Amino acid sequence: MDPTRLRFAPSHEWVNLEGDVATIGISRFAVDQLTDLIVIELPAAGTTLKAGKSFGEVESVKAVSDLYAPVSGEVIEVNEAVTNDVQLLAQDPYEVGWLLKVKVSDPAEVQNLLDHDAYQKKVAEEAH
Amino acid sequence: MSAASLLETPLHAWHQAQHARLVDFAGWSMPVQYTSIVEEHQAVRNAVGLFDISHMGRLAFSGPDALSWLEAATTNQVSRLAVNQIQYSLMANGGGGVVDDILVYRLAEGYAVVCNASNRTAVVTELERIAHPGNAALVDQTLETAMIAIQGPRALETVQKVFDGDLAQLKYYHLAMGRLMGRVDTVLSRTGYTGETGFEVIVPAAEAEAVWNALLDAGKPAGIVPCGLGARDTLRFEAGMPLYGHELSETTNPYAAGLGWVVKLKKGEFVGRDALTSFKANPELSRVGLRLEGKRIARQGSLVRLEGRDAGLVTSGTFSPTLQKSLAMALVEPSAAQLGTKVSIDVRGKDEAAEVVELPFYSRTDGR
Repeated sequence: MDPTRLRFAPSHEWVNLEGDVATIGISRFAVDQLTDLIVIELPAAGTTLKAGKSFGEVESVKAVSDLYAPVSGEVIEVNEAVTNDVQLLAQDPYEVGWLLKVKVSDPAEVQNLLDHDAYQKKVAEEAH
Repeated sequence: MSAASLLETPLHAWHQAQHARLVDFAGWSMPVQYTSIVEEHQAVRNAVGLFDISHMGRLAFSGPDALSWLEAATTNQVSRLAVNQIQYSLMANGGGGVVDDILVYRLAEGYAVVCNASNRTAVVTELERIAHPGNAALVDQTLETAMIAIQGPRALETVQKVFDGDLAQLKYYHLAMGRLMGRVDTVLSRTGYTGETGFEVIVPAAEAEAVWNALLDAGKPAGIVPCGLGARDTLRFEAGMPLYGHELSETTNPYAAGLGWVVKLKKGEFVGRDALTSFKANPELSRVGLRLEGKRIARQGSLVRLEGRDAGLVTSGTFSPTLQKSLAMALVEPSAAQLGTKVSIDVRGKDEAAEVVELPFYSRTDGR
């Protein structure tokens, strides 16, 4: 997945919308900030996500971080490979490290997210 | 975070130049990690790591009555120390809780105490409070000195390259006065907080960066890695060493914390002795190791349950890089303290199964 074509939430989740199905993950910046990933907890298929609400957690040696839904909808697929081996997320958060596929209830929500340039700008500010 | 109000060690500029992640720790701006906590941790277990621990308090005692002063303020028996020997000790409060855990150095002349950064003010205040009629003086040397730890199986060969004494002859918990790089006076001790062979050096603040760079050079063939407080914590945790504010506190007695061996009730009068005499008979709680079945980390404050009822609290927890398990230390009731006891831990609202296991979680097989 080419990150420049994705949309990003300020809380560092990315979205790739195809039709009414959104693939969700977290950004390279977020993964690099976390470091030393231990485990990730994701919701089961069938769970309803609400934009802005926590849908899971990712834990590193240092801390636990909540994951926030960038869009609303129903989880239709979970990346079990990542829940079994969270190092896949560290290796490549945009391809093998995707987290969920969600049938979105309001595709317009995606338009509220940051595009790649705006997200990069936000990250550059945060890094200071 | 108002960085301006934080204390900085003499190595702060170096940490910044390396883009270390700096955090507020006990009022100091300290590196928590340079790259990855796990990589830094493994470097210490397998090779050698370098730590800036200049935030630790360094207090110098002089005068003929320094011994009796320290004896009254600490729980271990200072008079047992030979010259150039070091003792792990505690300062207790009147209720039998712990003011701080410290190292007491006996020097050729006088004594020194190394205390936790977070407790430096409390330690000095308490020492000054203790009525002392005799002739002794205390000087806080923390800001005019730096302290660096070199830890790991290849620490000895690394430090030997820059130190003028024979380190192979230096025993665990002993110190040597000598010179680094042929010119920098140092107090060098065979001590550490990692469970590995290791040394700690105290040097003048103005020489800190030169010593640090010389040690990095000397350790290059061994694969030396600068390590932050994150790895220092996971290393001490695996080695079963208590950390003040976690396993130790104003309201935790040393017997509960598994440090009864540091309390010498028969040595004479000292602060907390009466309360500690009672706690020896009934410590009320017991520090245990816990191994979780899953990978989630049970962090400080997580509730430990035995057969559905509350039985204690987690004091520290992490995912052990060496053992690849989620582990915790906890203070629990005696009923939950037996090895093999099955408990559950409430980790952010979800119960995780765990078992009481032996401490330390990790120990070296070839001595220290």
